[in-house]
Amino acid sequence: MEITIMRLAECTPGSGGTITQIDHDGPLGQRLMEMGLIEGARVEVVRLAPLGDPMEIRIDDSRLSIRRAEAQHILVSE
Amino acid sequence: MNPPSDSSTASAAHTTRVALIGNPNTGKTTLFNALTGLAQRVGNYPGVTVERKIGRIDDDLEVVDLPGTYSLAAKSPDELIVIQSLLGEVRGEPGPDVIVVIIDASNLRRNLYLATQVMELGLPTVVALNMTDVADSRGIRVDVAALASELGAPVVPIVATRGEGLADLCAAIRAAEAADHDGVAPTTASLDVDAHLGGSIGSIAETMGLHDFLVRRAFIDEGGPIETALLATHPDLRDALAGARAALPAGGPRPAAIEAKVRYGWIEQVMTKAVDRDPPRPRPTDRIDAVVTHRVLGLVCFVTIMGAVFVSIFKWAAPFMDAIDASFVALEGWISGAFAGTALAGGLLESLLVDGMVAGVGGVLIFLPQIGLLFLFIAILEDCGYMARAAFLMDRLLRGCGLSGHSFIPMLSSFACAIPGILSARAIRNPRDRLVTILVAPLMSCSARIPVYAIMIGAFIPATTIAGFLSLPGLVFAAMYFLGIAVAIPVALILRGTLMRGETSTFIMELPPYRMPQPKTVLLRVWHAGRSFVARAGTIIFAMSILIWAAGTFPRSAEIAATTESARTAAEADLTGSDLDDRLAQIDRDAAGAQLRHSVLGRLGRAIEPVVEPLGWDWKIGTAAVAAFPARELLVSTLNILYGLEDDEEAGLTARLKAEDRGDGKPPFGVPAALSVMVFIALCAQCVSTLVVMGRETRSWFWPVFAFTYMTGLAYVFAFATYQGAVALGL
Repeated sequence: MEITIMRLAECTPGSGGTITQIDHDGPLGQRLMEMGLIEGARVEVVRLAPLGDPMEIRIDDSRLSIRRAEAQHILVSE
Repeated sequence: MNPPSDSSTASAAHTTRVALIGNPNTGKTTLFNALTGLAQRVGNYPGVTVERKIGRIDDDLEVVDLPGTYSLAAKSPDELIVIQSLLGEVRGEPGPDVIVVIIDASNLRRNLYLATQVMELGLPTVVALNMTDVADSRGIRVDVAALASELGAPVVPIVATRGEGLADLCAAIRAAEAADHDGVAPTTASLDVDAHLGGSIGSIAETMGLHDFLVRRAFIDEGGPIETALLATHPDLRDALAGARAALPAGGPRPAAIEAKVRYGWIEQVMTKAVDRDPPRPRPTDRIDAVVTHRVLGLVCFVTIMGAVFVSIFKWAAPFMDAIDASFVALEGWISGAFAGTALAGGLLESLLVDGMVAGVGGVLIFLPQIGLLFLFIAILEDCGYMARAAFLMDRLLRGCGLSGHSFIPMLSSFACAIPGILSARAIRNPRDRLVTILVAPLMSCSARIPVYAIMIGAFIPATTIAGFLSLPGLVFAAMYFLGIAVAIPVALILRGTLMRGETSTFIMELPPYRMPQPKTVLLRVWHAGRSFVARAGTIIFAMSILIWAAGTFPRSAEIAATTESARTAAEADLTGSDLDDRLAQIDRDAAGAQLRHSVLGRLGRAIEPVVEPLGWDWKIGTAAVAAFPARELLVSTLNILYGLEDDEEAGLTARLKAEDRGDGKPPFGVPAALSVMVFIALCAQCVSTLVVMGRETRSWFWPVFAFTYMTGLAYVFAFATYQGAVALGL
């Protein structure tokens, strides 16, 4: 079975997956992880803002708004 | 000699200090307001702009409402002060006796992250499990006893919006304090992060004599404010931390990643034990968002809501403003009446009171209805959850302007008054974004500019329509607003690209579920905003009005006084009755105008005439503009005095402006000059109160000076271009 790894920034609304890695070592990465975006968590893109950025994502029961540049660091497997 | 008895301390009420902490959007503010009501005050922590809200419950509990946060891993000085406050290290403020962590029952996984960190502070802790009603409706059931047992702290279910569970919460707080007083050590969660980090944190802390919480944070948050602060006082710590870091497997996950994994792993197993839930289903919030954040409909919604807010503010504020105006006019009349017939009538003291103090303060207070209404709308939109959506929609646009989604509310508020706008910029975490926001906020056309626009447009813009329905005066009015925005964008971009270059802030923001706004929260916000506006602007404008009054009154010319006296005598000889009264009134007005010309202010106006000529102005407009520097409201009133009119004779001023002839063959005051006046007002930083607040918020005098300089410079250049351009176009 082929597993595709994508960056969340490239996912289209309705798609997502299980997080495999947060590839940012600094405060941004820490912030993402504190919000629950850690390895093994399921995350889904809900929609994009009218101008294409930021994106609204679903994690657990909450909805977060993050910029595409930040979502670049979230690697998910579909 | 009797030994000092204990009864004195026993009878003094012991105040238990409580710190309230939690994620944003957990109903923390609702809880705080429900517990403390009006018995709260807002202050500042020293050295940072974090607000500190303190309130009292009953006689024995004092609650500090800490800013909402997702984690105790402090990344900025503002977040550091929260940690210091919790550990009792802020000078002059003893630490809390009990910590209350508020968690959202419908969002437990993320909320528990902060809770586990808080437990590591080693202080008596009570967990308030809020929004149990929301959890119920979503089919989430929490076993409170199991959760409490795993966390090692009492868990009290509450519904803050309904006031349920609050008595139990207070009882739990008191019980926790009593247990601590009796020497019972607080239990800890069954979670040991240190074991996964090499296990050396405890021994390092003991050797250095530091709280293990601080050492843990210094170790995990490498390069952060806690580590920096500790290294400053404990240089030996550097080697200890380096050694502990080297002990971790090379190329493995960093400490921050380990912490997140360990905490959430623990949370997962707690949730399986203590939480049971039905499969998630679509929420009403999601159905609303399908429209409100839709690519097209979302923007339509946004424009409609913002438009409605603005129109409502101006429409509904009008009757209140008229009432305030009327009462100040009445006050002036009462003072004059009190002086009438006395030796001091028409003298300097009366003038000081009426023209200086009352007119000055009245000029500020008249904007209170607009500011109050604006804050009411902002508070309602924020409390119901819409503001997060607005920031979501606007973030890309604002980033294109060098700002961020977080700048939205400060900019919006500045359309009523830049003072609350600048104050609300505190919510912007990135210091550079915050500074740029503060520096361009005054370019948003505030309420004080409206009287100037109204008079100039009324006098010079013909009341015609374009394309049959767009009123020209309305268009010009709107154009002034857009001018501010259009200028703010390149200014923000240039500032961000040069002086304030730096990494862009992160914009990770929660979109909370929609909910009914809480009247108590909303009204308290309006109350605080109004009170701070009146206190700040009121005191400064009061002082400046007196100064301007003095500059416009002194020195007095004995010559003018003598001429006036003889004119009055002549009038009394020639006329009687109402003719006499009218004539005397006119003589007095002319005298006032002449004295003003003779005063410091008048001479200043004449002196700068060559400078303002290229803008199409004469010395009267120049003088009024200078007089308006402390507060824009003074422009119209100064013009009135210069043209010898009564203060509220707007129609009169408009007519006089139309007819004014420079007397030396130059064209009369026309459309080009009117436009240049409006453009100047739109862009100039004529508000001492705003500059003072700017100085306080940026903690330097440099930035207000900078803002004043660049705005005045831009105002001059644009006013010049407007005048010359309008003349060239033959307007």
